[in-house]
Amino acid sequence: MTGALLAVVRRDLLLAVRQRGDVLNVLLFFFVVATMLPLGVGPELKILRAIGAGWVWVAALLASIVSLSRLFAQDHADGSLEQMLLSGQPAAVIVIGKILAHWLVTGVPITVAAVPIAIMFDIGFEPACTLVAALALGTPALSLVGAVGAALTLGVRGGGILVTLLVLPLTVPVLIFGALAVDATSGGLSARPHLLLLGGLSLGSAALAPWAIALALRISLE
Amino acid sequence: MLQATDLACVRGERCLFQGLALALEAGQCLHVAGANGAGKTSLLRILAGLLPPTEGSVQWNGASIATAREEYAADLAFVGHLNGIKDDLSVLENVRFEASVRGSGDAGAAARAALAALELQDYEAVVVRHLSQGQRRRVALARLCVPAPARLWILDEPFNALDVHAVGLLQQRIDAHLRGGGMVVLTAHQAIELPAAARRLELDLHADAGP
Repeated sequence: MTGALLAVVRRDLLLAVRQRGDVLNVLLFFFVVATMLPLGVGPELKILRAIGAGWVWVAALLASIVSLSRLFAQDHADGSLEQMLLSGQPAAVIVIGKILAHWLVTGVPITVAAVPIAIMFDIGFEPACTLVAALALGTPALSLVGAVGAALTLGVRGGGILVTLLVLPLTVPVLIFGALAVDATSGGLSARPHLLLLGGLSLGSAALAPWAIALALRISLE
Repeated sequence: MLQATDLACVRGERCLFQGLALALEAGQCLHVAGANGAGKTSLLRILAGLLPPTEGSVQWNGASIATAREEYAADLAFVGHLNGIKDDLSVLENVRFEASVRGSGDAGAAARAALAALELQDYEAVVVRHLSQGQRRRVALARLCVPAPARLWILDEPFNALDVHAVGLLQQRIDAHLRGGGMVVLTAHQAIELPAAARRLELDLHADAGP
């Protein structure tokens, strides 16, 4: 079972390397959305410091949703999804492998890319560290919840906008606690409770999402 | 042993077939024939467990395939209309992935053996994107030849796009599989000589009007 999990991760990472343009586009999208903030609210540093971290979270959320179309759609179209579901491995294992690979090529780069953005908004050293920690803990939940939406909209016409409508409301808790964690650090309080909640959200979705996704994938093949 | 009882399939408004029963034992081959739209692909997808039948059930060794999903899938190799291989991976990478997901110990060696069986060994490093349709079909069929092979093969138009030589190769593999106690369910539009040694069930599916 672990062998199958690693094989799926390996395959999807290899595919991401071969299709690196898609992966880079997501990262570029994150940068572009993040840099829109000073253009919208003006370059006043005091304002940027106050709302910069929250904006980074919004950008991360949007970038992770944009990247969802990569997750199952290609495998669904070329028939490799049905082959994986017929491989004799539990569908949840395949799904976990695919989401892990997806997080490695979107969640991790976004977490790293948040560092230059944090410097740009001058949110300070400690809040920036909290932001990175919060993103590292919260982006798995974004990938997991997003994957449920991606699986449910497979093969549906206009699935792109539908997946956004489905997933955005479900990610509100991640956004709230992610932004609060940074606010707490800026205000001299401990970010620990917020970070713990973020980790809890990720673990909770890791426990529940794969089963829902496996079921949605089976339905999509009918 | 594969057994289906009282199968019915309704797609959209049309009833493709109903009251269909079939049984397949070791060494037997079932050729599903019928006109376009008669429901051949639907039947094969039902037998593979990808499509739940509107009515009836499919059993593998006495257990319903809807409940013993993983055990059934481990015994099954399915080649559908879609090849199920990735354009951006090389031939070897594709087959090695299938072998390792299916739990072959040495996936690399298993994949090489499967490719050699279909005479694809010279294309191991070629990216699938650069292959012809017939060669892609062969890569998809290589999953049948991964060692510790599946007992039941479900093949939807496996001969499509294959050249005469490759058709011969596949026929040999099917013959060998049946002699070894395997089972095959297939559809084929071409006038292909199917193994005579195996008991051959011919199914003619006619589209009924209305559900």
